[in-house]
Amino acid sequence: MKSTAIIMALSLTVSAQAKLNVVATLPDLAALAREIGGDQVEVACIGKPGEDPHFIQAKPSNIVLLNRADVLIENGLELEIGWLPALLEQSRNYKIRAGAPGWILASVNVPLLEIPTGPVTRAMGDVHPYGNPHFLLDPERGKMAAKNIAEGFKRVAPQFAAEFDANLAKLEKRIDAALAEAQKILAPYRGAKVVSYHKSLTYFEERFGLMEIGNIEPKPGIPPSPSHITALIGQMKQDDVKLILTEAWHELRTPQLLALKTGAKVVVLPTQVGSSADATDYPSVCVAMAKAIAKAMKQ
Amino acid sequence: MSYCRIIVLAATLVAVGSARADEALDALKQQLQLLQQQVQQLQQKVAELESAKATAPAAVGDLTASASPKEVRSPSAKTWSPADPIPLGRSGNAYINLSLVGDTTFGWSTTPDVQRIEGAHHDPSQRGFTLQGAELTLDGAVDPYFTALATIPLVLEPGGETVVEIEEAWVQTTSLPWNLQVKAGQMFANFGRHNQLHAHSWDFVDQPIVITRLLGGDGLRNPGAQLSWLAPLPIFTELSLGVFNSDHSSFRGDYGHAHGAEEGEPHYSKLHGGVPMDRSLRGPQDLLYVPRLAVSFDLSETQTILLGASAAVGPNNSGPNAGTQIFGADLYWKWRPVNAQQGFPFVSWQTEFLFRRYEAAERVHPLDDGEVVLPSETLKDWGLYSQVLWGFKRGWVAGLRGEYVSGNDAMFRSELRLDRSRVSPNLTFYPTEFSKIRLQYNYDHIQQWGDEHSIWLQVEFLLGAHAAHKF
Repeated sequence: MKSTAIIMALSLTVSAQAKLNVVATLPDLAALAREIGGDQVEVACIGKPGEDPHFIQAKPSNIVLLNRADVLIENGLELEIGWLPALLEQSRNYKIRAGAPGWILASVNVPLLEIPTGPVTRAMGDVHPYGNPHFLLDPERGKMAAKNIAEGFKRVAPQFAAEFDANLAKLEKRIDAALAEAQKILAPYRGAKVVSYHKSLTYFEERFGLMEIGNIEPKPGIPPSPSHITALIGQMKQDDVKLILTEAWHELRTPQLLALKTGAKVVVLPTQVGSSADATDYPSVCVAMAKAIAKAMKQ
Repeated sequence: MSYCRIIVLAATLVAVGSARADEALDALKQQLQLLQQQVQQLQQKVAELESAKATAPAAVGDLTASASPKEVRSPSAKTWSPADPIPLGRSGNAYINLSLVGDTTFGWSTTPDVQRIEGAHHDPSQRGFTLQGAELTLDGAVDPYFTALATIPLVLEPGGETVVEIEEAWVQTTSLPWNLQVKAGQMFANFGRHNQLHAHSWDFVDQPIVITRLLGGDGLRNPGAQLSWLAPLPIFTELSLGVFNSDHSSFRGDYGHAHGAEEGEPHYSKLHGGVPMDRSLRGPQDLLYVPRLAVSFDLSETQTILLGASAAVGPNNSGPNAGTQIFGADLYWKWRPVNAQQGFPFVSWQTEFLFRRYEAAERVHPLDDGEVVLPSETLKDWGLYSQVLWGFKRGWVAGLRGEYVSGNDAMFRSELRLDRSRVSPNLTFYPTEFSKIRLQYNYDHIQQWGDEHSIWLQVEFLLGAHAAHKF
């Protein structure tokens, strides 16, 4: 494991002249970057599939990655605020600092949901003051992130602009096709009522017409209390909720308890590239998620 | 304001009588409606302008091409009602991140003189309640070239007096070439692991004994500058060298906290017994130098290790040319599965070993009836602590720390050099990242003194910005 890392790092330094060193914070951003950058980029990713993007372990090895990067791609909207600033500070790499040409913010110009309108306090839990940051789960918005990444690549390596544009166009077509496929799979379940663990699936539910009637967390980032769960069980029975959606990093005990009490199915959604066998690239994530939901609904 | 208006309005209404009051009310209602309409119109305009600004034309085109307008619910499209609060500002737009951390401890120890066994400035200092500190932190980017941080704890002393400290106040470069970084100001020296932590980041209620003895009750911190370099290697390798003016306990200054000294006692160093010498800065030989090498790599996808070696070399106050050298080695290992929930579960192991060589020059020890001359000698102290933390459930951490410190025999028998060992199990509950509740038991065994038992319950809160965690 270690030796392969060293060999990889050495080979990176050898080929550094030819390729752009790209570091992405999340697996989906890395996947988009690989497709848009094609042969001109070498992409590394800090977060791993199945790792909660809010709580990625900041390791010194990440500092080394960032130190060598020509380009950093981040989700933004304070999703990475718990771990990225300390890594960036120690990376000593001014090329990728906020505002520098090598810094790509994937969320630029993306229309957001759940922007708090009133004052935000921590009594509300871990509310993101800029809006819900999990927009990559909507393929339409994913295309906007892809466009932002392509713009960033063109800024840093304008000589390959035509190639990046061509790759982007191809990727957008594939995302459109995947979106159409996922929409077809989920068409019979439009309007289905669901409960999700964290408020991270809003964009996906909005796109595919699922109705979220509640969360297992009483407030974002706050663990469920017995009274909240009791109330949620009542609500789920009343609304005839069939699905409990969660992600790999949440505990399963509470969702399973809810399933037992209400008869709903628990689905651990493959929300990131690499988090299931069929979520191999960005376009296939929404299809994999749609299939997982359809499978549970058919049971 | 509105209260006054109501009174005026009520007074007017009473004055003009009930018949006129109806008219007045109608007029007011009309006015209110008019105002409400105007506000709504204005709000609509603002929303239109905002949405035009927020979504670039290209992005809008993309969405409308393949999605129904309902699904692209722009936040500004939501109709405003007068009951909604109007946001004036939000976090992230400020130039300064501001936070306040408060630590309160409640507990009991078998010794009434708690400060004898809890020597660090942010340790519990008395039976019952201690406010370990209310720490104000300000940080942010100065400009494209510098970031800065200031930490200003307010400490309530056992006597009831509030003491303000500048724990840290430094500026750091962001854009130097060749992987270099320079930091200047008042700062914790980059020595080992524990020394760089503020009290609220400690994993136990109190500071390890070896750190308090060798690096001081406030840690090794002084005004100075530090240059650090990230080596261009595939594994994390960081070299740093700090240079400081030294008024530190192990070095030029006296032992114990600056404002903890008691008046009227014969003035001698509690460490070497001699009258402390006022050493001025004559040249580079009188500065404190702190080099450190840190190396880290991932053992697997879930395990990371960090190894460090540090030294601190500088003058001490036992004689005009006496010096102190401290050497330290540290290890930190952490395991955390990829699919951890909010960072749990995890297991971490941290150990630090420190050795101090203190050149005590020939010095005069004052007695009540005269004085005695102590010969020059070398005081050798060493100690270590080792701690394991187990985050066994979301929000819950069980910890166990073992410590040992020892010093060689010397002409002056210092209480600060006695052999001592301590075992501390603890349990911490983090309701969120912004608060914690910790229960700790200390079993202390001190040479020529005996056993002491202490139990502490600590409550901590954090208001405001939460800095990202370093490894």
